[in-house]
Amino acid sequence: MDNDILRRRRRELITGVIVLAALAMLPLPIADVYTRNLLIITLLYAGLAQAWNILGGYCGQISLGHAIYFGVGCYVSTLLYVRLGIPVAFGLFAAGAVCGALALLVGWPCFRLSGHYYAVATVVVGEIGYLLFLNWDFVGAATGIYVPFKGESWLALQFRTQKLPYHYAMLAFVAATWIAAWVIEGSRWGFSWRAVRDDAVAARSLGVRVFASKMAAAAISGFFTGVGGALFAQYVGYIDPDSVLAGTFSILIALPAVLGGVGTLWGPLIGAVVLIPVSELSRSYLGGSGRGVDLMIYGGLIVLVALARPQGLVSLLGLRRRAHENAA
Amino acid sequence: MKTLLEVDNLRKSFGGVAANDGISFNVAEGEILGLIGPNGAGKTSLFNAISGEIPPDSGEVRLLGERVSGRGPALCAARGIARTFQVVRSFDSMTVLENVMVGAFARTARPRAAMQAAQETLEFCGLAARADRPAWSLSPPEKRRLEVARALATRPRLLLLDEMLTGLTPTEAQGGVQLVRDVQARGVTIIMVEHVMEVVLPLVSRAVVLNLGRVLTIGAPAEIVKNPEVIKAYLGDRYAAA
Repeated sequence: MDNDILRRRRRELITGVIVLAALAMLPLPIADVYTRNLLIITLLYAGLAQAWNILGGYCGQISLGHAIYFGVGCYVSTLLYVRLGIPVAFGLFAAGAVCGALALLVGWPCFRLSGHYYAVATVVVGEIGYLLFLNWDFVGAATGIYVPFKGESWLALQFRTQKLPYHYAMLAFVAATWIAAWVIEGSRWGFSWRAVRDDAVAARSLGVRVFASKMAAAAISGFFTGVGGALFAQYVGYIDPDSVLAGTFSILIALPAVLGGVGTLWGPLIGAVVLIPVSELSRSYLGGSGRGVDLMIYGGLIVLVALARPQGLVSLLGLRRRAHENAA
Repeated sequence: MKTLLEVDNLRKSFGGVAANDGISFNVAEGEILGLIGPNGAGKTSLFNAISGEIPPDSGEVRLLGERVSGRGPALCAARGIARTFQVVRSFDSMTVLENVMVGAFARTARPRAAMQAAQETLEFCGLAARADRPAWSLSPPEKRRLEVARALATRPRLLLLDEMLTGLTPTEAQGGVQLVRDVQARGVTIIMVEHVMEVVLPLVSRAVVLNLGRVLTIGAPAEIVKNPEVIKAYLGDRYAAA
């Protein structure tokens, strides 16, 4: 039996493999450190946005507190490395597990709220996390933690000058989140979650357990966001509450997914590829003026996309396909 | 005939207004039962109790002897109670086939099996040609069919139809009536809420008439239309005397 759904899924998987392979080749001809850094950050946000998309897109639960999972992920793997010498290759799973559990803990009370009320609750949770870490001496409080350099190593993901290993670590992160989203899309869970997003009452009447669906989506989303945090901490080598737990991070994680297209496989990646370079480039060329021109351009772009394509940039691809189908 | 569903002295109030005030009746396996009554009689509240959406204050709903009321809609769906909604609810970001697959996933975790079941159900409901269209693009009568298909995909014993024929043109309603008969022929028991009497009465074997939260009468359609209490509830005292 062959039909639209199976064909589409196969096509998406093939496209996914091609895109990931292309992203693996991309940095090879680029020697410039600045550009390589830009690619790494773009990949990081693509992965984080996909992690957010699993909860916010597929399950429709708009979280504006994802900085807490990102930040806690940073701290868990860094503390394991600094205090116990456990390298990030293992630490990132611990970070993911802690953040997945944390997402369940947050979800337990918060999923009793829905829609905007849920979103507001997550903002509060994010702020609580930030303030907690800011005043907690064990984790360095406001001073933060330096990640000591212990020699070049893949396990600890530490390299003196090379950027390429970080590129591949982030790419593996993007691949993991993308494949997770692809698998979810085709599974019973994915169908249940989308049903919950579109109409929870109808979903319930068909036997979908709404609360459990939200919790599962939150746990997976939290897991991957924590993993992203662990990788980021190792890349930058220094974390403090302001750089990993601030509320703006929650927005930055969600934005590529929203701009690219929520609840779609490609939206987060496309959104990150457009947004992150624009924000970085406008900051480096215009940011010094002290008048915030870079942020105006950045904000203007978001407004433009929101007005012209509220379904996200990914819908531009759909337009062409639909025109093609009509012609056929 | 075997009893499928027992509604036993069901009560539900909303802020002092008794929507259901001690309702009892049985539904036999394989029958089509009509649930009629003027606006505000408590029909939809009763549906919400039977489908598990809202727990009753007291009383019970039993399916094949097992209490299902107050245990949540997911359990009711698993035991074989499916429903449609008075105001159509569809998963608008999904295709028609995907909508029905959500229902089919109630019986299988395997995507291929769910897809196959969904396609068969769409075929049965006459929506196969629309399978890959987005759900939002359907016309209102098609959306009602989609709701029936989605509910049927959960392979229910009992199907609750909430004003499925309301607002349709006579031709569309005729198609809806045929669909209801086809569903019954598959061995599914049906309770249907309608307030258009002339549509519902030819279809049903028995009807429960509700008024102001209570059962006014239960009986065959021919008895119902002659019952002076029913005429009074629908048309007022003046006509009952005439």
